[in-house]
Amino acid sequence: MNEREAARAHGAVRGHAEAHGAHEGAHVVPTSTYLKVGLVLAVITAVEFGIVYVPALKPVLIPLLLILSAAKFVLVAGFFMHLKFDRWVLAGFFAAGLILALGTYLGLGAIFAHRGG
Amino acid sequence: MAEHHGTGGHALQGPARGPGAAQALAVGHPQGAGHHAHSEVGVTGIDNRKLGMWLFLASECMFFGAFIVAYIAYQGKSLSGPTPEELLNIPLTSLSTFVLLMSSLAMVLAVQAAQQDRQADARKWLLATALLGLGFLSFQAYEYTHFIHAGLTLSVNLFGTTFYTLTGLHGLHVTIGVGWLLALFLRSLKVGLGRAQALSLELAGLYWHFVDVVWIVIFTLVYLMSVLG
Repeated sequence: MNEREAARAHGAVRGHAEAHGAHEGAHVVPTSTYLKVGLVLAVITAVEFGIVYVPALKPVLIPLLLILSAAKFVLVAGFFMHLKFDRWVLAGFFAAGLILALGTYLGLGAIFAHRGG
Repeated sequence: MAEHHGTGGHALQGPARGPGAAQALAVGHPQGAGHHAHSEVGVTGIDNRKLGMWLFLASECMFFGAFIVAYIAYQGKSLSGPTPEELLNIPLTSLSTFVLLMSSLAMVLAVQAAQQDRQADARKWLLATALLGLGFLSFQAYEYTHFIHAGLTLSVNLFGTTFYTLTGLHGLHVTIGVGWLLALFLRSLKVGLGRAQALSLELAGLYWHFVDVVWIVIFTLVYLMSVLG
């Protein structure tokens, strides 16, 4: 199945899945897509490993690492966990957990900063 | 959790009627004609087991979030060594991160193969996932052994306490995941690993990928950022 056929099948399956709730998670994603995502994940990890040893990048290292880490997170959650294709409510649950975790981080950060840490 | 094997050819309703829906059943619908693994669908239209797994994963976000916050909050506040800069081995951990990422790739290929009823492929990728998970745990065991010999114990300083708690709990999740995958593999030798078992495999896959995304965060915050001191 080439990419176009797979995409067409995916569209049809998705339409069916949306209309028929019992078939949640029914997606036809081509194997090549998974392999490409795997390759990108490997490359990003190699880039992360490389940039921590570049002294010139030290001033921007934190935002760079956070962006690369977020990219890997989104790729795994979106493609491997199928959030990109699944019902939005599942992504909503996951996002709620992440937002609460982030809230914990910000709340504790504020407490530590207030107490002089 | 019982899996119900349907008879296939369920009645299509509303907008699902028509060529698109028919094609959906015809072209590789994982639970289309033939065996059905659909079961226990609640008012959300989502299988209850899958919904439960996502709610569990959301709670796990908060669980790991708390330990990650604790690690960050106490970073650099140890009164004595060893420190992260002295101990953390970024090249080795980059390699173990790669192994875990590739295990996620193997997992998604196993789920895809099961949904397409390619049972031999599904088994092969499932076993590969479990072995890569064991590989990751081997890296962690080596790291812990090295750290303990270097004097970093759970109670020696704040770094030791927060580091072992965070990475240890993650390692525990990986261990549970490997056990789950191996149990599915052994079960597959008896009942197969095709469309009828695809949902069970998908649920294990969701857990496994979650363990992977948690490690993506830990790798960046604990290991890579340690170079900044």
